[in-house]
This record gives sequence, C-alpha cells and structure tokens, in this order.
Amino acid sequence: MVAYPELAAIRLGFGLSPLIPPPTDAAAVLASVASAAPDAHAVRTQDFREATIARAELVQKARDGDEAARQEAQRQRDEVVERNGHAVQRRFARAVGDPAGFGERLVQFWADHFTVRGGNPFQILLANAFIDEAIRPHLNGHFADLLFAADTHPMMLGYLDQNSSVGPRSRSARNRPDRKLGLNENLAREMIELHTLGVDGDYGQRDVRQLAKLLTGLRFNARRDEIFLPQLAEPGAETVLGKSYGGDGEADLGDIRAAMTDLALHPSTAEHLSRKLVVHFVDDDPPEDLVRRLTAAWQDSDGHLPALYAILVEAPELETHFRKKVRQPFDFIVASVRALGLTGDDVLGLELTKARNWLQYPMTGMGQRWGMPVGPDGWPEGASSWATPQGLAARIQWSLRFTPRLQPDLPQPEAFLAAALGSTASEALQWAVPKAETAREAVMIVLASADFNRR
Amino acid sequence: MLNRRLFLKSSALIGCSAAAHPLLNSIAFASAPGENRLVVIILRGAMDGLDAFQPYGDPNLRALRRTISTGPEDGAHDLDGFFALHPALSPLLPLWRSGEMGFAPAVSTPYRDKRSHFDGQDMLEAGTGTDLGEGSQRDGWLNRLLQQMPGVQSETAYAVGVEEMRILSGEAPSMSWAPELRLELSPQAQMLLERVYHDDPLFQAAGAQAMEIASMEIGGEKEEGGPTRDARALARFAADRLNQETRIASFSLPGWDSHARQPQVISRALERLADAILTLRDGLGRNWSRTTVLAMTEFGRTVRENGSGGTDHGTGGAMLMAGGAVRGGKALGRWPGLGEGDLYAGRDLMPVRDIRAYAAWALRDLFDVPRDLLETAVFPGLDMGGNPRILA
Repeated sequence: MVAYPELAAIRLGFGLSPLIPPPTDAAAVLASVASAAPDAHAVRTQDFREATIARAELVQKARDGDEAARQEAQRQRDEVVERNGHAVQRRFARAVGDPAGFGERLVQFWADHFTVRGGNPFQILLANAFIDEAIRPHLNGHFADLLFAADTHPMMLGYLDQNSSVGPRSRSARNRPDRKLGLNENLAREMIELHTLGVDGDYGQRDVRQLAKLLTGLRFNARRDEIFLPQLAEPGAETVLGKSYGGDGEADLGDIRAAMTDLALHPSTAEHLSRKLVVHFVDDDPPEDLVRRLTAAWQDSDGHLPALYAILVEAPELETHFRKKVRQPFDFIVASVRALGLTGDDVLGLELTKARNWLQYPMTGMGQRWGMPVGPDGWPEGASSWATPQGLAARIQWSLRFTPRLQPDLPQPEAFLAAALGSTASEALQWAVPKAETAREAVMIVLASADFNRR
Repeated sequence: MLNRRLFLKSSALIGCSAAAHPLLNSIAFASAPGENRLVVIILRGAMDGLDAFQPYGDPNLRALRRTISTGPEDGAHDLDGFFALHPALSPLLPLWRSGEMGFAPAVSTPYRDKRSHFDGQDMLEAGTGTDLGEGSQRDGWLNRLLQQMPGVQSETAYAVGVEEMRILSGEAPSMSWAPELRLELSPQAQMLLERVYHDDPLFQAAGAQAMEIASMEIGGEKEEGGPTRDARALARFAADRLNQETRIASFSLPGWDSHARQPQVISRALERLADAILTLRDGLGRNWSRTTVLAMTEFGRTVRENGSGGTDHGTGGAMLMAGGAVRGGKALGRWPGLGEGDLYAGRDLMPVRDIRAYAAWALRDLFDVPRDLLETAVFPGLDMGGNPRILA
C-alpha cells in the first residue's frame, strides 16, 4: 500500500522532494496542468523569423567581404545558442519546481508524441518555440486543438517535409512545369499513423495520399506571416476516411482544420492515444481496462484531455502497476535534483555552462540526447530501452560525479533515502544505504537503485 | 510484450514500401556472422575528400585551390602519380603500400542540394534513398543487416562512444558503450549495488554487464594523452570487442567541417582518423587480416577554396577503406574531373557512384549477404551495379 501523495509524486510527477510536499489529492495533481502554460520567457516563432532574416543579411554581407558582418553573424549565432541553452535550463527548472509535476510530465509526453528535431541552432530555436506555442497552451483542452497547433506549426511543417509539398495540379506547379513540383506525403502519413489513428487504425494508403493532397498549401517561410498559400494547394475536393473536404472555391485552412478535427475524434485515435497515455504513465504492458475507460472518456468528451487526465490520476492501476516503468533520462535527472533538495530557482540560478554540463549533456550518455530522438515516433517507452548497461553506467557515473556539485552539503544517507523514496524503499535498499562508506556513495546507491529508477 | 509487438508492427509498416521491408521479406541468408569483421567510421561534418586524397594530376586543381590541396610540392605523398595523400594521413602510407588501404575518390549518398549536415548524416546512416522523408528513416542500415543475420546476439554489434549511432539503431539487438564511462566504484559500493539489484532481473543484468565492461578499463584512462586520445580510445574499445564476440562495430569521428583555416582543421581530423585506424590494426592483432574498415562522410566539400582558406558543403566526396581484408593500394572508380562542365551544380565534385554500393558489396563479400536482400532490405532501392572488389 503506497499512500496517494507518494504514489502521485512518483508516478505522475518527478518524484519526491525534501522541500516540496507531495500532492495531497487528485485535484492537486490536476491543478498542476494549468501551471505548465507558457510563461513570460516563452520562445516565439517570431523570434526565429527575426533571427533568420537578420542572419541571411549578415551572411550575404560577409560573403561580399564585410568582416564586421562576419563577426556580427557569429555573435548572433552564439546568442541563439545561448538562448536555446536557457530554454533547456528552464525546462529543467520548471520540472524540478513544479510541486505535483504532472503538468511538466504532460509537456514531455505531448512534446514526444509530436516529436520534432532541430539541427542547427536556428532550427532548435524554432523547436523551442514549438513547445511554447503548440504544446504548452493546449495541454488542457481538446486534443483537436493540440493536433492542429502542432501539425501546422512552422517547426512541424519543416520537420515532416510539408514545406516541399506542392499540389501536382496547383497553380504553382502548372506555372512551373520545369521544377517538377509535387506531393510529399510525410506529414500526412505521420499525422494519421503516429499523431492520430495509429498504425493499427482503420485507414489505407489512399487516405494518406488524399490527406497529403488536402494538406497542400501549408507552407512556412520565415519571410511570410501566413502559413497557408492557396496557389500551392491541389484543386478539388479530397476524401479522407470516407469524408470529403474542400472543393468548393479557393482552398483554405478551414478544410484542413475540419479534417484534423475529424481525425482527432476518430475511434481509432481515441483508442491509440488512450493506450499511449497508459503505456507512458502506468505500464509498458498497459492494463486493458484502464485503456478502455480512457477511450470511453475520449469518446464521451470529444477528446477533451482533462476528462482523460481525471481518470488517469485516480486510477487504481497506478498502485497495482507500481514501478512498472523506468524513468527516462530527463525524468531521472530531474527526480535526482529534486531529491537532493534543489528548487526550480536553484536550477535557474546555475550558470549556463553548469546547467549544460551537469544536467543537459549527461542525458546523451544515458541514451537521450536532448531534443534529438531518432525518428518522428519519439523516444522508446520500454524499460529495457533505458535500463541498458551503458545507460545504467551513465546514471551511476552521473550520480557520483555531479551530485556533490549540485548539492555540496550532501545529506545523511538515511535522510536522503527517505527524501528520495519516502516509504517506498525496498528492504534491500534500506539495508544497503547505511553500509555505504561515504555520503557520496550512499547517494549514488539510492539514485542508481531500481527503486529510484522505476516509477 | 504488447508494446514491443506494436512497435514491430509499426516499424514494419512505416517508412518504406512493404515489399522493401526486411520483416516482410522471407529471404534470409544462411551463414552465421562468422569470423569476418566490419568497422564503420562515420566522419561527421563532411570530410574534404579533395584534400585527403589530392588529385594533383588533374590540371584544374591548381586553379580551384590556391592554399590547400597543393599536392606533393607541399608535403603530400604521391600515391599513384595522380592522387597524393594529405601529410596528416602519412601514418597510413605503409597500409597503402601493403595493399591494406584504398579509397574511392568521388562517391556520395543520394542526398542532394540542401547540403545540411544533419539530413546528410541521417541519410548516410539510414542507407535509404531520396524517396523517404527525412523523418521516416527510422532504423540504420547496419541494424537492418543484423535483422537478416541468423545467430545475432546483442554483442554481435557495438556502437562505441557517447555519440548516438543511428546506423545501428533499430529493432535488432546491439550493444553500446562509451569508453569514457568509468565507474569509480569502491569494492563496497559495487557489492552494495549488486545486492540492491539482486531481485530486479532487468537492473541485475544491466548492472552486472555495466560493471563487467567498466572493470576491463579498455580505452578509457589507460589511453595515453594527446590530441588523438579520444579517437584511439574508441578504436581500442572497438578492437577489444571485435576480438571477442563482436563482428560489427561503429563509431564516429567529428571535426571535419572546415569552412575556414582548413589546413589546421582537417589536419587534426585526419590525424585522429589515422590513429583510429592504426589503433584498430594494433588492437586487432591477427584478426586484422579479417577486418574491413569503412570510413564514410555525409558529403564532400566545394571544389573551390573559399575566401577564408576553407571549403563549404558540397556533394561528391571520398570514402576510405582499410583493413587486412581489403584489396587496397589503389583508387576505386572513375575520376569525374574538375573541369567547369564536370562539376555538380558548377561547384561540387560530381559523384560517380553511390557510396551505398561500396558498403553493400563489402557486406556481401564479408558476410555472404545475398544481393537481392541488400538491394531490398538493407539498402532499399539500391542498384549495386558491378562488384568494385574492395575485399581481397
């Protein structure tokens, strides 16, 4: 029997803290979702647009031999890199500081569901804007709105190649037959296969193709305000999953929104996303009854996410499937920092290089390089993907190396065990911790234990 | 279990056409991994092949490059009367002379025009063509090779280093380890951890393996210092694993993006590459004779030197192969020339062959992988063409 506050902090948040009391009830857990909304430091697409336009001018001048412009371009790039570093630092700080943690866990979950991946610092800036513009504002509303915000965001349009998709019979394509402009199916495919219905869903290749044609016109360019250009759109109506969209007059974004709303409400989507939430929060092998309850709530509420969260945070399966999940590297580091008694402000107060070297970069060795999942399906969920020899060695090494830097006044072994795991520590761990030869090794044994790495 | 099954299905249906996917392909090749060994080194940042292997016999080179790639008169080593080896690669000259090192001067992946490092590396490691969006390339070609191999254990393939190796990612099991991971555990701490993990099979197995690998102290701190230390540590660890159960190892060497001051930048990178190869040779001992090393980069660089004494992102580039198993001592493939009409887009070396064809032929000759499997499952859509015979 695990008391609800501990269970909720460990399973639905980022673990226990000696400073922050765990959430007393489900209402406290749910309240944290609102606190994950964008804050005053939010990154905007506008920031990316200004930076890229300024950069293009500087690069052009530098090519023409302007040495001052070359230096200014370098300085501007460094500034963007620094801004990105601060954005990551704030992600850590908000997770460490969120009392219940559920809201920031949902940021991680939905950001991973709608995976994007930046390359150069400017793209990474846009990827940060994606979190603040597409994910955070829509955590607590209808899935349809989250889907629309994510899959029409400039970052997603670039990542899933929508920016190079053109209707083969569009005005642009007909005016420039030499350029061989054509469809790119990537966004349409992932929207159905990953973001909504799921690969087991009830759809065919024809639906993907039709949706790709419907999505033509969506296009981002840093020099333009709008993200929809009718001249790129395939004329005529498209039929996706048996329903026809558009075709009457000029193509517009409304038809795309209507199709996305229907995708969001599709029964396969309800089941796919319900299962995914249960897999993430409860068990790699999800309890089917809970999946069914969430699916029903999705259908009853038209995909209103708070209705699902309300069932999830009170599910008895949280206790019956306790410790079936392994914390991903980000969760591990955040939970460790919390257990060490640091606050969100403490994390924000770190110099940027320390935040990078102590928090962000060590994730790479644990198998989760920040912001760089391999494919659009995001990070793996399975426990065996994270509890690997290398991953575990990296967690042990991090615990030995960085905990004394993060918390120079290391706590007493038993006090740390209680702070990190409350009443949930196993007998073996309670036996082992007092026998460590140094406080540093005692802290490491707690943080490296299966008790702490599972949730 | 359900999760894994779903994942398998998902990766079977995503990305490439069903017919081209290994899981739906019933052909499998018969032989077990055997004794042959393959090391793939990814050179991240785009190596300038024209500087590593300088075509000083091409009359156009001098007009394109004034301060770099200046051939034997500035210390590069003549190889065959046409190409000269960059001075920083001179430690590899004995391998060239004994036929254990060769190169293809003008190859590339199918990636064109956008010249982004990230997209280029993704395509190089995915081993796919241009028919897939960047985001759809989920597994790497070495992983798809493993999916086809009978008798594969997780130790069969190793990704070495902290850098993620997409080339090995995918559903076939493989190991990864970074030589710089050291567990400075006291005997007491190690004993306590073993007790703490005892009742959790997943953590017990991972923890035991972590402590075993770390205790071998390969590479890591025993490696002598110096600018090529990290590269040697990677190679030392790879060689050690290849002397055991491992048959395929991959790691990456960064630092090739020589937009300015190329002589300094590329010399350091080439020294690391040379030392990595020599460390592999020394570490592998008699297994070197059964080893093939392929060093591949995402694309080449512009044929013209830029205003900062460097070169910018290009298209065709060089691939290096080394090892006791290769038939080296020569340049492979046609030389496209550096004349105005010979270039790609008027600026880049024209690739004369798909780099995947060389890799595919190496896999066929090393591991007996049937050609149809290579052209459908490992490198979907590739036409391997004739055998360049890079293996002896």
